[in-house]
Amino acid sequence: MARFRGRGMASVNYPIGMNLGGDPSQALIHSNPDGKFTVALSAIDLGQGMKQVTRQVAAETLGVPIEDVYVDTADSDTGPHDMGSFASRGTHRMGNAVIAAAREARGVLLEAAAEELEVNAADLVTDGKGNIHVKGAPSRSITVRATAQAAQFKQGKTIAGRGIFLIPLSSVDPETGEMNPNTAFAHACLVADVEVDDETGEVTVLGMNSAYELGRVINPKMVEQQLVGGAWMGISHALYETPEPYYPNPDHGPRDFNEYLMPGPGDIAPYSIAILERPAPDGPFGGKGPGEMCANPVLPAIANAVYNAVGVRVNDLPITPEKILRGIRANGGAKPQARRGGAL
Amino acid sequence: MAKVPVQFRLNGSDRAAFADPADNLLTVLRRGLNDFGPKYGCGQGTCGTCSVLVDGELRLACLTLAASCEGASIETVSGMADGPNLHPLQQAFMEHFAAQCGFCTPGMLTAAKALLARNPNPSRDEIIDGIAGNICRCTGYEPIIAAIESVARGAAAGQRR
Ligand code: FES
Ligand code: FES
Repeated sequence: MARFRGRGMASVNYPIGMNLGGDPSQALIHSNPDGKFTVALSAIDLGQGMKQVTRQVAAETLGVPIEDVYVDTADSDTGPHDMGSFASRGTHRMGNAVIAAAREARGVLLEAAAEELEVNAADLVTDGKGNIHVKGAPSRSITVRATAQAAQFKQGKTIAGRGIFLIPLSSVDPETGEMNPNTAFAHACLVADVEVDDETGEVTVLGMNSAYELGRVINPKMVEQQLVGGAWMGISHALYETPEPYYPNPDHGPRDFNEYLMPGPGDIAPYSIAILERPAPDGPFGGKGPGEMCANPVLPAIANAVYNAVGVRVNDLPITPEKILRGIRANGGAKPQARRGGAL
Repeated sequence: MAKVPVQFRLNGSDRAAFADPADNLLTVLRRGLNDFGPKYGCGQGTCGTCSVLVDGELRLACLTLAASCEGASIETVSGMADGPNLHPLQQAFMEHFAAQCGFCTPGMLTAAKALLARNPNPSRDEIIDGIAGNICRCTGYEPIIAAIESVARGAAAGQRR
């Protein structure tokens, strides 16, 4: 009885967003009389950082400090329409909608400032610190706050902007089968090293290395956070989680967290990530976003690593000890495959 | 069943509520006393997000009878910050991006607080052990471990000074 090491890899081309009836997101932005801006979205931040990313995108486009932007994602009844937070579309779709809304709001902001300064709006720039001034003449300036107040109480103007980002539905060409459902692809490659015990069938993930190409990384810390957390979920899906019973009788199916297996803090594997940035031409500041692909390559890489270690090809998830042991028995013993790519 | 009065200290203040004798502490904290810090995840002791300290000891509020806490001192995550000043663990969780959806965070912070109270300088394995009763769906645990480690190392360095 022995423990066998194996290495597996997987690569992904990951489409951002989807093609069901087009894939629109809307954003509305307005200024408050204190010169701060509210961004209204109906998309939900599930913890992936969409509020933070859209806040950065709005502040950068408006030309105001990030502290002065509040993103409100509370309510799909009262907010502008959005397809939702899924398909890794948040950064790309909502980010683009926010840019469009922020550009329109910025236009009105500069017009209102121009009226106060008695200059042409085209000559105005923002300093990103809450001031608007004449290009090349920083002393001829007005604060965003004073502009918002003048618009509200004197000029009778709404500093606001509407934005939508839509990738129209792409239908299949009946002749060629061709379609163009997507405009932005992210990419990743991941290598997993595992150890398989041929007596217990247990798999230990020893470590993982990956490279992710995600377009412009709008918030590096949050990208890292998603990739680390997502990889854990990938391990969990590859080796543990299933709503199906492990045995044919449904009575053995998991009903709660006692039976629905998930790895705990003691089961995590060392993981290093290289992030490559190739800005997407149609992304917000070039961003595509990590999303679901944080977990995706982990599953096939682990399945390949298990095959490499003991020669058992498990084709359905999760890769349980039982399936591995049955495979080893069917093969008449563990059949380690050739190693590639150096030592673990 | 007739309700019974329960009195205890909650985050330093005397509080009282009427509870069904079978009510668990989590229900009384959330529904009776509006302390929504501890979360309801599973209600059966497997996720850890309801963790609180009862007389300094880490307990799962969903499995603790409220009536058994009569006269006890209960600490929840809601009492961790000192006014506007975050607890060092909260600060570290923020700096290490140790929360995504945040649903596990109340339990993680409470478990970490209990760990550091009984072992101010835990090893990485002891930290893992300290949060082993808490499930996190989002972070992959690594940032949480790193955050707790940073507070432990900081405190240890402080002690040496
Ligand atoms: S709610 Fe108490 S452990 Fe899950
Ligand atoms: S941050 Fe979501 S469960 Fe831990």
